[in-house]
Parts: sequence; C-alpha cells; structure tokens
Amino acid sequence: MKFSFKKSWTIAAKDFRTYFTSPIAYIVIAGFLFIMGWMFFFNLSHFNLQSLQYKQFGQGKGASLTEGIIRPLYGNMNVILLFLAPFITMRLFAEEKKLQTIQLLMTAPLSLTEIIVGKFLSAFLLVATMMSLTIVYPIVLVIFGNPDIGAIVTSYIGTLLLSSCYIATGVLFSAMTENQIVAGALTFAAGLFFWLINWASQSAGPVFSDFLDYLSLIQHYNNFSQGIIESTDVIFYLSFIGLGLFFTHRVLDSYRWR
Amino acid sequence: MIEVSGLTKLYGPRAAISNLNFTVNAGEIVGFLGPNGAGKSTTMKILTGFMPASFGSAKINGFDVFENPIDVKRNVGYLPENPPVYLEMVVEDYLDYAAKLHEVPKSKLKASVDSSIERTGLAHVRRRIIGNLSKGYRQRVGLAQALVHDPKVLILDEPTVGLDPVQIIEIRELIKGLAGQHTVILSSHILPEVTATCQRIIVINKGQIVAQDSIERLTNRMRQGLLYHLNVKSPTASGIQALKSVSGVKDVTLEGSKILVEVLPDQAELRDRIVEIAVTEKMGVLEFAAEKLSLEEVFLQLTTQEKTV
Repeated sequence: MKFSFKKSWTIAAKDFRTYFTSPIAYIVIAGFLFIMGWMFFFNLSHFNLQSLQYKQFGQGKGASLTEGIIRPLYGNMNVILLFLAPFITMRLFAEEKKLQTIQLLMTAPLSLTEIIVGKFLSAFLLVATMMSLTIVYPIVLVIFGNPDIGAIVTSYIGTLLLSSCYIATGVLFSAMTENQIVAGALTFAAGLFFWLINWASQSAGPVFSDFLDYLSLIQHYNNFSQGIIESTDVIFYLSFIGLGLFFTHRVLDSYRWR
Repeated sequence: MIEVSGLTKLYGPRAAISNLNFTVNAGEIVGFLGPNGAGKSTTMKILTGFMPASFGSAKINGFDVFENPIDVKRNVGYLPENPPVYLEMVVEDYLDYAAKLHEVPKSKLKASVDSSIERTGLAHVRRRIIGNLSKGYRQRVGLAQALVHDPKVLILDEPTVGLDPVQIIEIRELIKGLAGQHTVILSSHILPEVTATCQRIIVINKGQIVAQDSIERLTNRMRQGLLYHLNVKSPTASGIQALKSVSGVKDVTLEGSKILVEVLPDQAELRDRIVEIAVTEKMGVLEFAAEKLSLEEVFLQLTTQEKTV
C-alpha cells in the first residue's frame, strides 16, 4: 500500500490546530516555559556565584558553561518533557475512540500508517514548538558569554529524539484505551521505567547489565549533552519510536476486528 | 453497485449477522429495516470497510471491501450512528478536513465544501463551532461530511435519529433528492421513515434477512387475507352465522356493533355477498370498509413470526 505523506500531514495539521483551539497547548506550554525559566534563572545565578568564587580563588579559567548551565538546563528539559508528554499524547486516539470520531478516519481512504504518522507528527510538532520557544536561553548565553554552540545544538536534537520516544509511547497507549487518564498514566509510567531501567544493571551480570544500559532512554542522551552525535544513540531512539508506532498499528488493526 | 454474499459476522460465538445476501443497483435508495440490535449497524460497518466480516464477501463498485478497502472507502460516504464530528471544530473547517481526507483535489475543495453545506442547509451555521450546535444540526454536519466528496455510494446509519419533525422531513427530502446520482443505503427502525424515502426495503431481524422487496409488493405478500369492517345498527346472531357460512370467509368476529369479517387472500371479491347478507338480515348497514394492512403490521409480522417468507 502506498504511503501518502500528504494525508498524514492533513491529520497532523488538524490535530496540531486542535491543541490550540483547546486550552491544552496553552497550559502545557505555559507550564513548561515557567518551569524552564525558573530553572534557567537559578542555574544562572548559581553559576555566576560559582564562577566568581573560582576567580577569587584563582582556579584556572573558571567554570564551564557547558557543564554548569547547558547540561543541567537540557537535562531538566528532558525531565519536564517526561512529565508533560503524557498530557500531550493521551487524547490522540483515546478521545477519537471515546467520541467515535475514529470512524471518520477509519472509513476514509487512509491507511493505518498514514493515520498513526499523522497523530505522531501533531504531538511532535507541539513539542518542537515548545522547545523552540526555549531558544531565548542559549541566546542569552551567547550574548553574555561564550557557550559551546555545538553542545547546544546536539542537546536540542537529543531532547527532541528523546521526547519523540515519549510521544511514540504515548501514541501507543492512547490507541489502547478510550480513557485518556489511563493512557496518560501508562505513558508516564512506561517513560519513567525506560528511563530508570538501567538501575537494575548494578546488580545484573556483565552482559545483562550492558543490555539494560542500552535499553535506558537517558543513557543514550549523555553523548548528545556533550556535543556528540553517536549513530548508535540515534538508531536506538529511531528504533524505539518505530517500534512504538508499529505496536500502535497492531493495536488499531486488532481494534477493527473486535 | 453493492453486492453482498454470505456475509457473516461473529462476535465470539454469537452471530451479529449471518449469511446476508443482497444487491443494490446503482442509483437506488434501499432501506435497511429492523429492530434495534438486528445487525443493521454491523452490516453497514462492514460495508464501509470499518470492520472486517468473519465470512462472506461484500463488493462496492466492483471492489471487495476486504481486499481493496482503500478503493471502497474512496467510493463511499458514511454517516455512522453517532455523527463523527469534532466538537471543537468550526463546521466549515470540519468539512474541509473531511474533504481532504477523502482526497478531494485542492482545486475542488472549496466548491465541494460549499455544495455540501448548501445541500444540507448549513449555510447560516457554517462559521459556528460544532459543539455549540443542536443535535439536529450535528446530524446534518455528519451528513454533509458523508456527502462532501460526492461519493457514489452513501451509507447512512439512522440518519434522522434525534431530529425534530421538520428536520426529519428536510433530511428525507434531501435523501430522496440523492436518488439517481447516488446509491443510498439507509438504516432505520422506524417504518414510515423507510416508506417515505426508499424504493426498496430489506428487512433484517436477528442478523438475518427476512424479506427484501419493493414496499407495495411486500405489503401484498404479507397480506394474509383482507379484513372488512362492517358497522351495523343491530347485529344478529343469524346474520353472523350466515356470514360465516359463506365460502371464502375465514372468520367472523363481533366487536360491539362492528362485525369484523376476515377473508382468505384469494377471495377478495366477496364484498357484494357480505353486504347482501347484511341487508337481507336487516342489520342496518352503517359503514363498510376494507382494511389495508399497514406496513407497520407487516413489519411486526415479519419480525415476530418464527418462520417467514
């Protein structure tokens, strides 16, 4: 079956607009920016204090912007997105199933893949919009300091990939239920679990612990935060997303048979 | 245009529909009649490609709903039981979205939306948010959605449910107007609705087709005899006895001053004889009328009888 991106885009554009016709987008974006701003401000003032102390005691060239601000800033962004992504994705399919508007999509000449990609894309666009609004922080750093631009760029790429994994998980759970709260809660639980999965690696055998480390979402982010794009990390994230969307396809396909 | 053969849908061990066979010709309006839970919606969901059948096949415009679902969906406009409308959207935007999903080319987009708005009488609410519209208008928006890509086949699941009488008449007129250019299947559990709009009815009960024919023929077929109402001043026992003895009369009952004479189907022309007896017996004829069995009764018979045609 041919895949038409145009049709996915139609769905994505409509769902993206829906975020803004309901209060969802405004609340999520406002909450996100408020917490980000709060963290950035205190990170910055703490960093200022620290670098002043470094200078007073004459320790080298002072604190590193990458280590002191950029890493914690985008690390925190990841945590906030882990919390917010479920709120963004939970309605995608659950609401359509509950209100039975899914029948419109399922009886239009669309493949399931086109529908799923469209849904994923709408949430992805919202997260990308949210993240693009945080670009003022690095701009402030560039104006008043000399940050590592590369690390900033890769942090954005990494964060976008990581949050796409949350979105893919969210799309999957949203397709599994008509209840948005259930979808959201499961998304959050699964996202957190794949974040913390390598906690078990300390007590696991050498091979298994490597495996658990590999499965951990946050382990793969480390390189990005240091300005490195490692192909294994990108492949991991992309396969995580692909697998999530593939399972969504199976779930929706079986939904038709019931 | 629509060919259904051996269509069966099982929910676990229970068959929602079993072994349905029917065809619908191009341009025809066919009513799908049956009580709640008869399997009407299930059949429609299968025809639209929303749900696969367990056995059997359904073809629309030559395309199998299971093998070529996308081609089928291109040719079908579907109004489900609950109109699939997004409450937070504006009417116009919603129809625009539905048109895009149904591959209406960009150059025809505006014209398609406008014409569906016009046909369903939504012009004065086109900029309103669907959530703020009444149930009747939401239903119309749903119908406009089914029409927007000008499909060959329209499948309408209880299209007038929840509307007020004026709206019902409007929607029926609209559906009648679709005959010829579109093939329409509509379901209903209300008889007058089907008689008002359809050329042919398919009666379905407990997942099986119990009758399919034109409305007149179905009425005739179901008429298991005629019933004459003979209203008299003073009914006499001997008169009733005399009526009973006429060959071709099935039964005679007395209801107050009204004598009900039931006649066998092929003995319709006994009217003279009945009146004659009433006159000779000096009962004083006040009124004489033949009762036609209404479709409502046909329907009742169709769906309550154990074994039918």
